[in-house]
Amino acid sequence: MADQPIIRLQEIHKIYVLGLTQVHALRGVTLTIGRGEYVAIMGPSGSGKSTLMNIIGCLDVPTRGRYLLNGQDVSRLSDDALARIRNKEIGFVFQTFNLLPRATALHNVELPLIYNGLPGGKRKEKARLALEKVGLGDRMHHKPNELSGGQRQRVAIARALVNDPSIILADEPTGNLDSKTGEEIMEIFDHLHAQGNTIILVTHEDFIARHAHKIIHLRDGKIENIEAMTQSVEEKA
Amino acid sequence: MVFWSRTREYLRFAWDALLANKIRAFLTTLGILIGVAAIIFILTLIQGINQYVEGEFANLGSTTVYVSKFPWVITGNYFELRNRPPVTIREYQALVRYATYPRWMTPVFESMRAIEYRNQSLEGVYVVGCNEQYTETHNIETELGRWFTATEVRSARPVCIIGQSVKEELFGKENPLGKRIKINGFPYKIIGVLEKKGSFFGFNMDNQAIIPYTAFRGYTFHRRSITIALKVKDPADLEPMKDEVRGILRRVRKLSPRENDNFAINQQDMLTDFYRKLTGTSFLVVIIIATISLVVGGIGIMNIMLVSVTERTREIGIRKAVGATRKQIMFHFITESLAISLVGGFLGVVLGILAAQVPLKYMHLETGVSPVTVFIGFFFAAAVGLLSGLYPAYKAARLNPIDALRYE
Repeated sequence: MADQPIIRLQEIHKIYVLGLTQVHALRGVTLTIGRGEYVAIMGPSGSGKSTLMNIIGCLDVPTRGRYLLNGQDVSRLSDDALARIRNKEIGFVFQTFNLLPRATALHNVELPLIYNGLPGGKRKEKARLALEKVGLGDRMHHKPNELSGGQRQRVAIARALVNDPSIILADEPTGNLDSKTGEEIMEIFDHLHAQGNTIILVTHEDFIARHAHKIIHLRDGKIENIEAMTQSVEEKA
Repeated sequence: MVFWSRTREYLRFAWDALLANKIRAFLTTLGILIGVAAIIFILTLIQGINQYVEGEFANLGSTTVYVSKFPWVITGNYFELRNRPPVTIREYQALVRYATYPRWMTPVFESMRAIEYRNQSLEGVYVVGCNEQYTETHNIETELGRWFTATEVRSARPVCIIGQSVKEELFGKENPLGKRIKINGFPYKIIGVLEKKGSFFGFNMDNQAIIPYTAFRGYTFHRRSITIALKVKDPADLEPMKDEVRGILRRVRKLSPRENDNFAINQQDMLTDFYRKLTGTSFLVVIIIATISLVVGGIGIMNIMLVSVTERTREIGIRKAVGATRKQIMFHFITESLAISLVGGFLGVVLGILAAQVPLKYMHLETGVSPVTVFIGFFFAAAVGLLSGLYPAYKAARLNPIDALRYE
């Protein structure tokens, strides 16, 4: 599958200091994810899955341990260096969509490219392509409040895709959607995976996690077990 | 290209904020608006008055001095000045006898009198009694007819030269030359009409009549102080002339060396100096007021920018998540505060210029807009916007993206 792993986490610890108490959110997570993998991270609340997602997404840095993203150590980078990594390497899809309310779908998708400094013409072209990929070619000039929940999440997926990131990181992507729409969204992820994208899902719902090929179960800040889901690969094949 | 692409995003960000909170942005920028308007108002006004005043002062002539009881610019004890003896025709006669520097010299008797022609009467005409050299000392010439001669002065001929307003009021289209008018009840023959002079600090210079001072009734026992105008030909003689005049007057008045002068030698630069001080002071006062207003305006902008940062916390989180750096987030908010302050600056410049036109029009002065003034207005607005946007922008840039994304 992959010659070099995209993500290599070594003994990751994360400790939050809340006043006088310390919260040990991650207690030594070691994990490797290869290129083109489709992984779900599961666990009850308080298991540290959000913290792990934040670290994988370069929104946060570990207290201890090393994180190699594409072979580059990103565990000690500055705020701005992390911002650049997020821009190039990571596409986020959030439970609450997190779109700019006053911007059109197209502009929302363009956003990562703007900070990337891509000139206007190319930018619009790439954003349009990404929207077409998620089936929203005809809704480009609508604002989020003119779109349904499923459509909003598609815009968010297009935004995650637009910069050709190494990882698409989805945090409860169907949490705010009804099950039918949720299933449609999951089909998009499946499709993106089939095209060779690396996808990491964070969820607490089993039937969502079943879409992935590998489920990482977290408990109390540690990996409890890794479950391989071979049958879904066969389904696709 | 890259630069422009991001700049457009910064502008769009600011524009969204302004559109979403039009009233708030306007109220916020009111302080800037008032500060800038005050600066522009006073600059435009001073500029208009300056042009005018410089022209007026040029009329006084830089090579002429005016001896009179009071200095033009009174500093010190007014009552002491009041007790000075009046300047009289005797001092003029002494100067005629002893002074060597003045090329032209005339006494100036002034009063407001009524002029009558047939059954018409004109009240409050400025009547000047002087000699034939007044035309030189005061740079004033006739348009019609002629000036009176030294002989006519010596023999106290009842002749007069009238101003344009007097001519129009009493004669209309009729030729006034050779006509007889009555000044204060005494008959004078018109021999000349002055060229149009316009107004001097609002005083109509065309509403006057000039007669030989010897024909000025009762000039020999005239109790009010007169003015003596003296003019040199070569500007280099001006200072020596002032020294000489001072020496002669002190001698005539028998002042001991320990006493101060009890007369004044006035000249144009006293007024220009005074005027500069006056405008300098008012300028300073306005700058202080404007600065206070701009500081208050700046605080207002900073306050509203902090609100804006809080309101847009989630948006900041989104932008950071997709890769905006600290610098880029800062630019967003600085653009927003600049936009607010520049709107105020623009309105302030417009308001200031418009407001200044009212008094300038009223004073019949030239009205205009100087690009420097406009630049100054925008400069102050931009400086305030930049300074007051820095801290909120810095605060926004330092937000943690995880917390920002979770913010409700």
